Amino acid sequence: MIAPRAWHWLAALALLLLAGLAGLVFGATTISIGEIASALGGTGDETTITIVRSLRAPRVALAAMVGAALAMSGAALQGVLRNPLAEPYLLGVSGGAAVGAVLAFGMGMQNTGSLAIPAFAGAIAAVAAALLVARAAGRTARGDPRTLLMAGVIIGAFANAVIMVALANATSDTLRGSLWWMMGSVADASWVGALWLGLYVGIAGVVLLAFAREIDVLALGEEAAAALGSNVELATRRIFLVSALLAGATVAAAGLVGFVGLIVPHIVRALGVRRHRRLVAGSALIGATLVILADVVARTALPPSELPLGAVTALIGVPFFLFQLARSR
Amino acid sequence: MITFEGITVRYRANVDPAVNGVSLAAADGGITALVGPNGSGKSTIVRALLGREPLEAGRIFVNDLDRSVLKQREFARLVAVVPQREEAVFPLEVGEYVALGRHPYSRGLTNSPLDAAAVERAVDRAEISGLLRRRTDELSGGEWQRVRVARALAQDTRMLVLDEPTTFLDIAHEMSLLELIHSLAAGGMAVLMVSHQLNLMARFASRMVLLSRGRVVVDGAPSAVMEAGILESVYDWPIAISRDTASGAPVLMPLRKK
Repeated sequence: MIAPRAWHWLAALALLLLAGLAGLVFGATTISIGEIASALGGTGDETTITIVRSLRAPRVALAAMVGAALAMSGAALQGVLRNPLAEPYLLGVSGGAAVGAVLAFGMGMQNTGSLAIPAFAGAIAAVAAALLVARAAGRTARGDPRTLLMAGVIIGAFANAVIMVALANATSDTLRGSLWWMMGSVADASWVGALWLGLYVGIAGVVLLAFAREIDVLALGEEAAAALGSNVELATRRIFLVSALLAGATVAAAGLVGFVGLIVPHIVRALGVRRHRRLVAGSALIGATLVILADVVARTALPPSELPLGAVTALIGVPFFLFQLARSR
Repeated sequence: MITFEGITVRYRANVDPAVNGVSLAAADGGITALVGPNGSGKSTIVRALLGREPLEAGRIFVNDLDRSVLKQREFARLVAVVPQREEAVFPLEVGEYVALGRHPYSRGLTNSPLDAAAVERAVDRAEISGLLRRRTDELSGGEWQRVRVARALAQDTRMLVLDEPTTFLDIAHEMSLLELIHSLAAGGMAVLMVSHQLNLMARFASRMVLLSRGRVVVDGAPSAVMEAGILESVYDWPIAISRDTASGAPVLMPLRKK
C-alpha cells in the first residue's frame, strides 16, 4: 500500500500543468512552446495569439473545470451511495441537467452562468427520480448498487430522448446541436463560460471539502453513520445537492461528458487515498488532467474533424465500467 | 444508563408493531443482554435508540436525558453503538477507521491532540495495535469486530450498545471479544448487547431481557430467563436446561424433535 505523500500532490499538479501545456500545443496546427510563450505575452503572429489566447487557453481552462467538477461529483456520490459504480452521468443526473439546460436554451437562454440554474434543477429532478425508484425497489435507497444504477441509466436514456425531441428543429448551423449536448464538447469554449463554471466549481468544491468527513462516515452505512453522530438524511441530501450542482453546471457549460466521475476517484483510491477530503481534492486534480488530455485526443485523433469529448471519455470509461462491474458483488 | 419506557415501533400501518410497549434498562457496570428469536424486535430496539426508527409510543432516556431532544452528535458523545450491519465498500486503514470514532467531536478540518489520545486509548483497550496499518477489508471476522469495538471506544462514552457482535466468530475470537466487553462493563460502562448466544449471555450478562414478538417476556437475572418452559414456548422448540459444573451457570441444550 502506497501512502499518499506530499510528492504525490506535487506530481499530480505537475501532470495537470503538463496536460494544460499539451492542450495549448496540440490541435489543428501544432504550436511550439516558444510560440505559445510569446503569444501568451502578446507578441508574435496575430493568428497564433488569437488561437492560443482566445481558442485554446479558454478551452483548456473549461476542460479542466469540467474534469474537476465531474470527478469531485463522482467521488462524493460514490462515497455517499457506497457504490463504486456511481457517477453523475450513469445516475442520470447529467442527463436531467441536460434536459433542463436544453429546455432553457430553447427558450432563448444562452449564457453558461444562467443555464447552470435550469441544469441544476434538472439534475435534482433526475437524482430524486432515481432514488425514488431505488427506494421503491428495496427497503433502503441504497440496497443493491445496481438497482440505483439501472434506474439512473434509464433516466439518462429518457433524458436523451427528450433532448432529441427538443432539438429536432434546432438550426444545424449552431454548434450547440443535439450532438453537442449529448456527446459533450469544450470546442466552443470562451473565457466567460470557463470563468462561470470555475465560479460554480470553486464554491461547490469548497463546500464538498467541508463535508468530506461526513462522507467518510456516511460511506460506512446508514446505521454506522448514525452511530457516529451523522444526521444521515440531512447530510446525504446536502451532498447530493452539491454533487448535482457540480454536474449541472458542467452540463450547462459542456454538455454530457460521461465516465469521468467514475474513473477518476478509482484512480485516486488506487494511489492509496481513502479519506474523502483527500479523495475529493485529488479527484479534482486528476479529473482536470484527464479531461484536458481527452480533449487533446478529441481534436487530434482524426484530423481534420474533431471527435466529441464525451465520445473519447466513453471510449476510456466503458471498459473501465465493465471491469468495475465484474468486480462488484 | 439507558432506559426504554414503553416504546412501540411499527414499520407499517395496520401491521403488528415490531416492538410493542417494551420497557427495559441497561444499568452502569454490567452487561444487559437482549435475547430472543429472530424477528422478536431486538435490532429494532437498537435502531430506535439510534434514531433510525420513529417511536409510535414511549420514550428513551440516555442517563436522564430524553433521547428525542438529543441531537445526533450529542447522542454519539454519550452512547457508542456497534450496529449489526456495516459494509466496508471502500476500505480504510484500521487507524483511519478507529479515528472516525472521533467524528461526534469533530470541528473544522483538523484533528485535536485530544482525538489522538482517545484513539490511542481505544486501540490499547481493544488490543488492536498490531492491526493499525492493515486495511479493513483484509481483516478476519474476529479482527474486524474488535476493530469496530475500538472505533466505538474512541467515542469516549460511558454507554456501549452492540448488536450481535460475535456472529460468525470462532470460539476463541468470540470469547476474547466477550471478555473485552465484560471488562469494559466491569470498568463501569453500561453495556447493552443483542445476542443469540443464550449460554454465553447467561455467563457474561448481569441481566437478561427475553423478547418475543416485540414484547418483553422475562427481564431479570440470567437464571430467571434460562428456564426450559419459558424458552420452549418462546423459541417453539424442545429445550433442556442443565448447570455448568464449574461456574454453576445455567446451560441450554436444544433437543432433537421426537
